[in-house]
Amino acid sequence: MRLDYPVNVKIIRVPCTGKVDVMHLMRTIQMGADGAYVVGCLEGSCHYKQGNLRARERVMHVQKLLEEVGLEGDRVRMYNLSSGEGPTFAAYAKEMTEHIKKLGPNPLKKWSTATNKE
Amino acid sequence: MIVAQRKPFDEIKNLIKDYKKILNVGCGTCVAVCLAGGEKEVAVLNAELDMARKLEDNPIEIDGFTVERQCDREYLEALDSKVKDFDALLSMACGAGIQFLAERYPDKPVFPAVDTTFIGVNQDVGWYEERCRSCSSCVLGLTGGICPVTMCAKGLYNGPCGGTNQGSCEIDKNQPCAWFMIYERLSAQNRLDCILEITPPSDWQNQVPRTVIQPGYKKPEKV
Repeated sequence: MRLDYPVNVKIIRVPCTGKVDVMHLMRTIQMGADGAYVVGCLEGSCHYKQGNLRARERVMHVQKLLEEVGLEGDRVRMYNLSSGEGPTFAAYAKEMTEHIKKLGPNPLKKWSTATNKE
Repeated sequence: MIVAQRKPFDEIKNLIKDYKKILNVGCGTCVAVCLAGGEKEVAVLNAELDMARKLEDNPIEIDGFTVERQCDREYLEALDSKVKDFDALLSMACGAGIQFLAERYPDKPVFPAVDTTFIGVNQDVGWYEERCRSCSSCVLGLTGGICPVTMCAKGLYNGPCGGTNQGSCEIDKNQPCAWFMIYERLSAQNRLDCILEITPPSDWQNQVPRTVIQPGYKKPEKV
């Protein structure tokens, strides 16, 4: 399809969004990413039955944790689409990029060279 | 198992506000199973604290270490070589583990990161229900395996009280009456005579920390 989507989006592949853990999302923001979003299958269509629903719960939990810390919880989002929806994937990438641009850069970016041991 | 819940983030942050180097000690037993204070929860809390302090331009050096059991000297020993490098310790163990940690390192401030809540059972992943108040006078043999101290709002050893109402407790119609459940179960087992036995009140007055030495484990007298 050769669809365009913003170059700032870096894709990390997982076998199922059920694999995405709270710490994966926390670490991205902690390390200075401006935002992170999880793209899962449509709700009700998970090959592993509940992987995308578990991911949704975790994304919502991370949003709450980020709010507690003092960041915008909405830097982390969940999107759902089917594997045949390439244009929707590109549209979500654009939507998320525009949304994050409105929020501005992650204020933790200046610390991103520092390491956290745990 | 002992069930705990993580303290509100702001409370934890406030407890350690004056310290720069923190070791967060998790516990790999009960609190790990109830998803409150194991290795993963230590990592999440550390990430949160790290980010929050950076946002305040007051960064901390925070490390995590999860011992197998914080209520056991054998496992706390693994921390001996580490704690000297930190200003304060944060513990995600139950109240017993936190106190044992503080006792081992009396010169280090130790702060709790969880609220120890109850002794309970696992109903589903992440869902726990209280079943025992560790009253030291177990009556489950007389009550069909249903604890009236925990399940009855009044904790009555002898019941039901006048508030029992069609199987519900007077405090809330969604709260089952423990003594009604006890009656039903004893009745089904044809053991209703058990309900007539009177259990004397527990001696809660002037209670001191209890000690248990299991049979066969008493240290020999020194000669």
